[in-house]
Amino acid sequence: MATLPKTVRRGSRAPAAPRRGVRGGSREAVVLLAFVLVPFAIEMFWTFWPALNSVYISLTRWDGIAPPEFVGLDNFTRMASDETFRTALGNTVLWLVLFGGLSVLGGLALALLLDRPRRGIGIYRAIFFLPVVFSMVVTALVWRMIYQPEGVLNSLLTAVGLEDRARIWLGEPETALYALLLPALWRQVGYVMVLFLAGLKTVDPLLHEAAKMDGATAVDRFRYVTLPQLRPISTVVLAVTVIDALRSFDIVWALTKGGPYHSSELLSTYQFSTGVLGSQLGYGSALAVVIFALTIGTIIVYLVRSLREEEAA
Amino acid sequence: MRTTGRRPWLFHGGMIALAALWLLPLLLVLVTSLRTFDDLAGAGLASLPESLTLDPYSQALGAGEWRSIVNSLLITVPVVVVTLVLASMAAYGLARHRIPFRRTILLLMLAGNLLPAQLLLIPVLKLTEQFGIFDSRIGMIVVLTAVGLGFYTFVLHGFMRGIPEEVTQAAKIDGATTFGVYARIVLPLTKPAMAALGSLAFTWTFNDLLWAVTLLRDETKLPVTPAILGMQGQYFSQWNVVAAATVIAAIPTVVVFLRFQRYFISGLLIGSSK
Repeated sequence: MATLPKTVRRGSRAPAAPRRGVRGGSREAVVLLAFVLVPFAIEMFWTFWPALNSVYISLTRWDGIAPPEFVGLDNFTRMASDETFRTALGNTVLWLVLFGGLSVLGGLALALLLDRPRRGIGIYRAIFFLPVVFSMVVTALVWRMIYQPEGVLNSLLTAVGLEDRARIWLGEPETALYALLLPALWRQVGYVMVLFLAGLKTVDPLLHEAAKMDGATAVDRFRYVTLPQLRPISTVVLAVTVIDALRSFDIVWALTKGGPYHSSELLSTYQFSTGVLGSQLGYGSALAVVIFALTIGTIIVYLVRSLREEEAA
Repeated sequence: MRTTGRRPWLFHGGMIALAALWLLPLLLVLVTSLRTFDDLAGAGLASLPESLTLDPYSQALGAGEWRSIVNSLLITVPVVVVTLVLASMAAYGLARHRIPFRRTILLLMLAGNLLPAQLLLIPVLKLTEQFGIFDSRIGMIVVLTAVGLGFYTFVLHGFMRGIPEEVTQAAKIDGATTFGVYARIVLPLTKPAMAALGSLAFTWTFNDLLWAVTLLRDETKLPVTPAILGMQGQYFSQWNVVAAATVIAAIPTVVVFLRFQRYFISGLLIGSSK
């Protein structure tokens, strides 16, 4: 408690009697405890408690109505023979690599290009950042007009004489997942750019000058001066990207709902259709546990690797 | 590195092309939303408009989008206000007082925020059913507030630790209570961070889809994000109406972004650098 008993209190509700002072102090302690514990309890009740419940439900067979029946690890072994699960897992890993990798590369490239003070740079930054404020659903509807069978992309292809390349982009298993990737990137790249721009601010320009004087090329300077100093922000970007990639749901739900024939299914959409809309609450929870394990796993692998690199350096 | 490039025209040429490409989808939606159905049906999406009209906007608003925008605001505004109040209280307590386990409490709150939503959906749905707040705006407000608190507390905690100790100490010596210091000293000094987090919270809450499709069933209660998805099915071939609905749904967050632009980006950054 930080309220000092010794303090001389002034004003109407601070009489000098020490007993009142002590009682005032304990009331202060209660107020302070409420300040911290009320928000803490609310959040724990709606996050950790459900998360623990999910882990338990993942060990049961439950239709949401009859009492759940404990089945051990059955739900997890069932995944091995579930074709849709394998597609969804493969797609999720592919999504993590492509969505994560390309948004980091694109965001870093834009940040490097827009880091130096130049005329008009604020406008460029604002334009690339603008899609970040749209919801994924707004983004999805914008891109749906491009992907429609009679939409803009096919019209453009026809106009330049490539009509045999025109397809139903969101309706064919070969293209659906990649067609979802573009709008997702369009919205994410600006976000990653802003994070890297903040990281670049901390790079000391004097180091660049010194490296230049020593005859380092632009590529060398990027590799040996800029990149190492971007390490702290890179960890943040990676964590944000992995979390965003693995919880991607809106763009898929808004455009394909995982179809056609589960070809654009991600674990998040499969979890939603089986566990939330469907009645396989146990299996759905097991899928959620897999998503959680993938998130934690990817971040831990990165942290361990970068710690090792630091030790080696 | 900090000097102006040797070939500014190359830089600007490339950037203008890229920026134009970036804006093209938006331009397409804006133009489509101003065209008539006959024009679109005749000439297709990828054509120049014959004439412009605002009819698609009144059609979209008349088809229930007004109601869904109001629903969104009825959910978003309380979530933002309650989140900022609760998070700033917790942050003040944790940043300025020697509460036992304060680090653990802070980290647990942040960790709770980082749990993937998928892990929470099914049990939270069941909990809202038990409390009788499933399929209600109150349920949405409670859940969206609770699952986000950790991030805001964490950021505000970092910000409040930057307020000089002398300021709050002086107020206490003058007889201010814990609540008094919080309300009259700490909150006014935290305004920039609150504005940043408020605009972020507004955008994130307004744009939510996953919790809305999990916790709401009644169409008249749907916020605008899931509602325009439904409209898309209903107005399947009327692209002008769908485009107008999309533009309307984007306006509130764009307004908040433009109004609080400075704070908005700094909000993303304080979130990432601490």
